[in-house]
Amino acid sequence: MKVLYFAWLRERLNLSEEDIAFPPEVVTTGDVIAFLAARDEAGALAFERPAIFKTALDARIVPHGTPLADAKIIALLPPMTGG
Amino acid sequence: MDIRVSETPFDPGAESNAFLDRGKAAGAAVTFTGLVRSLPDDPIIALTLECYPELAIRQLTAIATEAVTRFSLADITVIHRYGRMLPGEPIVQVMALSAHRQAAFDGAQMVMDYLKTDAPFWKKETTATGEHWVEAKSADDSAKARWEA
Repeated sequence: MKVLYFAWLRERLNLSEEDIAFPPEVVTTGDVIAFLAARDEAGALAFERPAIFKTALDARIVPHGTPLADAKIIALLPPMTGG
Repeated sequence: MDIRVSETPFDPGAESNAFLDRGKAAGAAVTFTGLVRSLPDDPIIALTLECYPELAIRQLTAIATEAVTRFSLADITVIHRYGRMLPGEPIVQVMALSAHRQAAFDGAQMVMDYLKTDAPFWKKETTATGEHWVEAKSADDSAKARWEA
């Protein structure tokens, strides 16, 4: 699955996107964040407050805990500051 | 409805004139333009907006559609830039057209209040001392919440 990172999350991970073959226990968007937080120290720091992130599957924002199902892209979105 | 997300600068006056030309018989038009802020006691050198364009278009379209339905707007335009900008440059422009002024004001304001928290843009300020990401404000969440009552 392709994973996209934005803004300060992208900078903290030093990565704008990557392809990850998630293990079968990663079922929902929340599981993805938990997986990344547990992966390494950068992930643990970046996802210290997991609830602040919105997630999008195939460029559609979805509620926390949505199953990944057949989605090809997950985007992890820090709090937005446009306008 | 016209929704645009682009790195290219836009001309707010020309956009406003084009919007009015299309709908001048409607009765009331409101234009909001957001500009890069740099205040004397908090000066910035530049503002860089990061964006997820595909999602931004989808979110802005959903927000604008909701405003059109809720306030029976005759037309709406939302233009949002991303990339690097200098103080005074336009970032965003929202124009709402309606038969009466209150609906046009409300429609434009609701779009701006939602856009601040729900459209995937992120601001980074460059100042004399370095760069930093602008923090999301709880006031922006409150501004949005009043439309949800």
